[in-house]
Amino acid sequence: MTTLVGSLRVIEAGARVYRRTWRGSVISTFLNPILYLLAMGVGLGELVDEGSGGASLDLPYLTFLAPGLLAAAAMQTGAGDASYPVMAGIKWRKTYQAVLSTPVGIRELLIGHLGWVGIRLTFVATVFSMIMVLFDATTVTEGLAAIPPAVLTGLAFAAIVTAYTARLKNETGLASMFRFAIVPMFLFSGTFFPIEQLPSFMQPLAYVTPLWHGVELCRGFALGIDFTVHPLVSIAYLVGWMVVGAILAIRILRRRLIA
Amino acid sequence: MSNLVEARNLTKHFDELVAVDSIDFDVHEGEAFGFLGPNGAGKSSTMKMIGSVSPLTAGTLEVLGMDPAHDGPKIRARLGVCPQDDNLDQELTVYENLLIYGRYFGLSRAVIDERATELLHFAQLEDRRDSPVEPLSGGMKRRLIIARALINQPTLLLLDEPTTGLDPQARHLLWDRLYRLKQQGVTLIITTHYMDEAEQLCDRLVIMDKGKIAAEGSPRALIEQHSTREVLELRFPVGTQEINAEHLEDMASRVEVLPDRVLLYTDDADKAHAAVLDAGFHPESVVSRRSTLEDVFLRLTGRTLVD
Repeated sequence: MTTLVGSLRVIEAGARVYRRTWRGSVISTFLNPILYLLAMGVGLGELVDEGSGGASLDLPYLTFLAPGLLAAAAMQTGAGDASYPVMAGIKWRKTYQAVLSTPVGIRELLIGHLGWVGIRLTFVATVFSMIMVLFDATTVTEGLAAIPPAVLTGLAFAAIVTAYTARLKNETGLASMFRFAIVPMFLFSGTFFPIEQLPSFMQPLAYVTPLWHGVELCRGFALGIDFTVHPLVSIAYLVGWMVVGAILAIRILRRRLIA
Repeated sequence: MSNLVEARNLTKHFDELVAVDSIDFDVHEGEAFGFLGPNGAGKSSTMKMIGSVSPLTAGTLEVLGMDPAHDGPKIRARLGVCPQDDNLDQELTVYENLLIYGRYFGLSRAVIDERATELLHFAQLEDRRDSPVEPLSGGMKRRLIIARALINQPTLLLLDEPTTGLDPQARHLLWDRLYRLKQQGVTLIITTHYMDEAEQLCDRLVIMDKGKIAAEGSPRALIEQHSTREVLELRFPVGTQEINAEHLEDMASRVEVLPDRVLLYTDDADKAHAAVLDAGFHPESVVSRRSTLEDVFLRLTGRTLVD
């Protein structure tokens, strides 16, 4: 059995499980973008546009914000699908153990897992982009162009978070990760305001977060505006996180599950 | 008769811990082979190495004529594995669990549907086909795990502590199903710390303790070789087992003192009972029985199987 075939079987299993569990996540997929864009984009946005923000942003706040939220939603989906569900597969429900007693191996399990998360991300990003179109924050073509960078952002997080989760003894480490890594990134990586607004010592920190690169790419493609760094640099950076995360995840899962 | 599994000097270390300490054994085609031993004896570690999900530390292992280190996926394609822990997908139905598992083996949906019908009949779960897994009883989940392990029509079925945690009725039902599989010619490897399970199911077994094999043979041969035909169990008032036992030495070929009773090993329990009463002892209760694998384990290791 090739790696591809094995991975496809894992993706298929992911889809079958999702058929039973989609209700919980699909509501937030549609509702979250609408709520965020209404509250932060329309509500807060009017104040920003009327205040000093209007002059320094040179585009409506809603338009500035929406692609940032798209990248952040991808991050949250990727990190979410790679945290508690992975812990369940390893420890709570031991479903990974069941998979590994078949011809499917660790590599196929991990690639299939990321493949399924990629499909989920494509769905989440597509819904988000089209809601952005409804809010007049992007056009259909540019909205579609922002989907691949959003999926890549989500996958970068999914890979590294899977590796992190695979090392954890219990779930307290997951709550800490969201509290001390995911939420701060969400707030300070250029989603809500340009990082030039940050104190200068914090700006380099923002540049190294994968989310900032994701936000940059989504914003550039969705709005057709200039990138701060060359988009290929950001793409390479995110691919790097994804590949390194995947390699680490395979190693750690192997040590943990095939001891 | 060909060997489906051949292990020589099979060894497994976890850091400093020696889980399996250079053991040799063969599993013949068509037999039910057991690993009997207490928790921590190295049974599950051995099982994982046979299941080709755990690399050997040293020694050699051949499963279905292949090397697990190189042909893991090919070996696993022909194994059925019932793990000690319930690892069913709780979010899916009974049938869906068989379906996704069968798909991991690359079976077509049509083949899986056909086999699922047979297997659910075999596991007595036909009327639960479309129920979620989560509310099933422990015995039903176990039977579903066995049905799932059979979806690829395995040559060799690995059962790790198959009835641990089940009530007596559920255990007997499960034993009956495993017995039927044996009749159909499926080779079984079973780990257990229940001597009655080993006696019921295994044609041949090894007794494991602290990573080593203490003895090997059929349940009958092991009992004949390492124990007497019968056992007289005497229960004396709390705290006086030792004192009473001292005076019973010459009434049996061997005497074992447990915290709550004294065991007299003899070929004629009734005669030994009469001798005990004649000598003026007044045990609170007396049971005479045949020797079991528990007695063999006690003889070989000085400890009981289940603490």
